[in-house]
Amino acid sequence: MISANLAAIFYLVSGILFILALRGLSSPDTSRQGNYFGIAGMIIAIVVTFLSIGNFSTSLVYVIIFLVIGGAIGAFIAFKIPMTAMPELVAGFHSLVGLAAVFVAIAAFLNPAAFNLGNVGDIKLASLIEMSIGAAVGAITFSGSIIAFLKLRGIMSGAPIVFSGQHILNLVLGISIFVLIFYLCKTQSTNIFWTVIIISFLVGVLLIIPIGGADMPVVISMLNSYSGWAAAGIGFTLENTALIITGALVGSSGAILSYIMCKAMNRSFVSVILGGFGADNSTDDKKEKKDQKPVKSGNAEDAAFLMKNASSVIIVPGYGMAVAQAQHALREMVDKLKKNDIKVTYAIHPVAGRMPGHMNVLLAEANVPYDEVFELEDINNDFANSDVAFVIGANDVTNPVAKTDPKSPIFGMPVLDVEKCKSVLFVKRSLSPGYAGIDNELFYKDNTLMLFADAKKMTEDIVKNLD
Amino acid sequence: MEIDPFIFRLSIFILSIFIGYYVVWSVTPSLHTPLMSVTNAISSVIIVGAIIAALAGASESIFNTSSIFGFIAIILAAINIFGGFLVTQRMLQMYKKKKDKKK
Repeated sequence: MISANLAAIFYLVSGILFILALRGLSSPDTSRQGNYFGIAGMIIAIVVTFLSIGNFSTSLVYVIIFLVIGGAIGAFIAFKIPMTAMPELVAGFHSLVGLAAVFVAIAAFLNPAAFNLGNVGDIKLASLIEMSIGAAVGAITFSGSIIAFLKLRGIMSGAPIVFSGQHILNLVLGISIFVLIFYLCKTQSTNIFWTVIIISFLVGVLLIIPIGGADMPVVISMLNSYSGWAAAGIGFTLENTALIITGALVGSSGAILSYIMCKAMNRSFVSVILGGFGADNSTDDKKEKKDQKPVKSGNAEDAAFLMKNASSVIIVPGYGMAVAQAQHALREMVDKLKKNDIKVTYAIHPVAGRMPGHMNVLLAEANVPYDEVFELEDINNDFANSDVAFVIGANDVTNPVAKTDPKSPIFGMPVLDVEKCKSVLFVKRSLSPGYAGIDNELFYKDNTLMLFADAKKMTEDIVKNLD
Repeated sequence: MEIDPFIFRLSIFILSIFIGYYVVWSVTPSLHTPLMSVTNAISSVIIVGAIIAALAGASESIFNTSSIFGFIAIILAAINIFGGFLVTQRMLQMYKKKKDKKK
């Protein structure tokens, strides 16, 4: 058994190791080392907890058994999961953090003596507030992440679910949580505590259902942030430095990512949260307009010819590439091009895919070296000097309308200047508008050649034609 | 007058938010997905609370209402810890430079 002071110092050490873990991610070279720091921090925190309780009875055996069961499930998932499923995996993991926070808060509420928080019915006021906030945020994180998971997995439609009075209902529920916590502090009533948790579960669901599929990068980042604040709330209850530091780190990390994603879509955080964006409303008249405009379409042979005669090609991947699992075929194509001394780079829009950095991971999986992959601001000037832009599975992020038409819903969103390339190859299954529900002007430009096919199949065909 | 220990914890919390702010801004955008999975893993340090809750059951019986919640929370957090760190590791292994492309 070690003293509380010594334990606190070890918790501080593990908090610092967690900071270093995030710090390592500033470059891929240091990132692996960073991950080891994180693992070390976690081991220290767990071992110190065992030592500071100093209870080596049979229940310890059970703790270890449960730890191993959870660990085995986690390891199994980590090794089996395909990289394209990363967004739903992360959403699923968020839900577990949220639920764990709720359960720890419940355990603390039912047995406060074990945590030095007073006795049942007489819990210290500050602790009671902290644990109910931790439980409420945890519950919102849990149910919200479950909805996000179902939407990303395709079990639930990605379309926003909106009904009248939705925002007022959310507001009422939100206020009632605070009112209930206030009464909980006065009465210490178990029933009120359960009610707070149940309402929070409901809020989590209501918060995420109106948000559409392509806003998922914001949702995932936001839930990431919530899981951090929930952990911090529990950290205050347990008076545990490691948990407080981690909660703050994760909370601010998620908040920053949400900010970056919102900025990349030129939308305010509030408008994303209020949801309803991308609901099908005006597609009919768009379709009529489309029929009148001429579109040049080509096949794999044309595409291969264009690229073979180019000296530089920029690839613009998007969510469609992930859906079609086309990243490996794409790499094969690029290898062939490189053999012909064609310079190939990748341009990635911050919101391409369903979560921050989604495209980068997929390209890395396909063995694309990370120094060939560039972010929007680093590569956008290169389009004007390049011969071919190969757009695969991206749509709205290439739409020039964002720069020209102030009436467009995506006006002001930073987009890739794909149209400045000498020619544009656009792989897409049909002319249907993208997620934002608007037509892409790029389709009708003179220098655009549409390749109507599944992204993977088209890429494979191009590979064949490059020989 | 003595300062409430809560204020110290609050100070740690606020300062950590600032550290998080600066550290996360320096994360390269191409590693944003690993960032999310690793923050997931470290936020599962909440397992310390679960362990305390689970071990507290020992005084009367190993499994009482409070400790059962603790045990379930241990499983949930452990899935996250192992899953989070390992999947991060798996992703980071894939990030390679041009030079070491030859296997």
